[in-house]
Amino acid sequence: MKCDLCNKKATVHLTEIVDGQMTEMHLCEGCAREKSVQMEQQFGLADLLAGLGDFGKSVKPTEKVQLVCSNCQMNYDDFRKFGRLGCSECYESFKMHLGTLLKKIHGSNNHFGKSPIKMPQKERQKIEDLQEMKNKLMQAIQSEDFEKAAELRDKIRDIEKKDK
Amino acid sequence: MKLDDFINKTGQWLRGTGNYSHIVMSSRVRLARNLNKLPFPNKANKKELIDVLATVQTAMDRADIFKKSTLFKISELDNVDKQFLIERHLMSHEHASNPEGKALVVSQEEILSVMINEEDHLRLQVMHSGLNLDECWAIVNNVDDILSEKLDFAYSIPWGYLTACPTNTGTAMRGSVMLHLPALVMTKQINKVLAAVSKLSFASRGFYGEGTQASGNFYQISNQVSMGQSEQDIIQNIIGLIRQIIEQEEQARQALLIQNKPMLEDKIFRSWGILKNAHIISSQETVELLSMVRLGVDLDIIKDVDQRSINDLFITIQPAHLQKIEGKKLSASERDAKRASLIRQKLGGT
Repeated sequence: MKCDLCNKKATVHLTEIVDGQMTEMHLCEGCAREKSVQMEQQFGLADLLAGLGDFGKSVKPTEKVQLVCSNCQMNYDDFRKFGRLGCSECYESFKMHLGTLLKKIHGSNNHFGKSPIKMPQKERQKIEDLQEMKNKLMQAIQSEDFEKAAELRDKIRDIEKKDK
Repeated sequence: MKLDDFINKTGQWLRGTGNYSHIVMSSRVRLARNLNKLPFPNKANKKELIDVLATVQTAMDRADIFKKSTLFKISELDNVDKQFLIERHLMSHEHASNPEGKALVVSQEEILSVMINEEDHLRLQVMHSGLNLDECWAIVNNVDDILSEKLDFAYSIPWGYLTACPTNTGTAMRGSVMLHLPALVMTKQINKVLAAVSKLSFASRGFYGEGTQASGNFYQISNQVSMGQSEQDIIQNIIGLIRQIIEQEEQARQALLIQNKPMLEDKIFRSWGILKNAHIISSQETVELLSMVRLGVDLDIIKDVDQRSINDLFITIQPAHLQKIEGKKLSASERDAKRASLIRQKLGGT
């Protein structure tokens, strides 16, 4: 069998699954080594995350000063490099970038689900009400009641804006 | 309990009971939690890590649910002990490195374990035998509620639980199921199944966790998305997917029995024969052969051994387990001999 890239004898057989699509490659030793270096470079979590839109864009020098977490002093460039945040307050400090990133990772940037039991009753109630409203919004979209959906969407936006 | 007390027993999750346990080895639900405003472990200095550990330990001491649990400080364990806990699926490889300020809490039956100061301040994990994600969730949810009364967990509106890595933010929950799929591998359908799994945003990995190759025809399937769906919805989605994979594996097993029973029996009995008679055997060969024997037990082709004994062997034949059983360090070749002798003893070989 010949190498897919240079026609030398293929000694390495590589299977890749990307977005559910499986591809097979047959490579000679030289091309395989080159390919494996490329794969290693692609495989860091930070790089994977960086592939997801604006997270990957370099921060403009003028913004750099502002993009440091006020609590743990983590800067946004380090987060881009290592893919890990420094503390819970980083979410607040980098929220403009993280909102988009979370949506790209999870397909949503709204949490549905439990909240800490210790939260004040008022806060918990607010979360539950918001989730209820979001469920109703989904139902309205599914039943094509767009007037109601638009009304709910605006209410949700208002509540979330107040929290931010 | 001391670490050595774990040597002569294995976890509840290997029991081979529960729904679909002929195909599903175990279910696991893991929650990540962090203490509000304190630096995450990757950013924290030694003192900060030790402070977090002390805070968590105080909270656990005041919770009845942890009364019969054991806390191991990772810095006090030697390399074999650390490897022993990794082999039992109680902690990650990452938790064993840079051990300062890290700890592991394990319940008596090894159903609940908590890594303190791994990537997040707390990683709560509940494991059960068979397809039992609902029960895993019920337990871990309860433990989380109890701890959240005593600890101030990082949580925001609208993003939910805040974690060191944004891929875990939201529910911060990972549900996973370990499947034994020898017939899908033998009938060469496994890649099709795994491609579908990845298309549906679920991850698949090998028996020995993150970054490992599938060996012994074991595949661990878990959710990748942790935000935008409630914990219960994520779990129901995993169960739905797993049921479909189980059905496909069952069909593949029937097809093998109808179309090529002699070949299947030959493969299973040869594996059985080697395991019962070998005097030197590597862990890789053992896992492949045990996988065939496990299939043989499920299909009632091998009748002289129960599933629990086979499940246990997948854990106890690993390097650190062999050394703990023997009570001393063993070289690679000594381990291969010890492994073969342990298997012969457990399976009633020569």
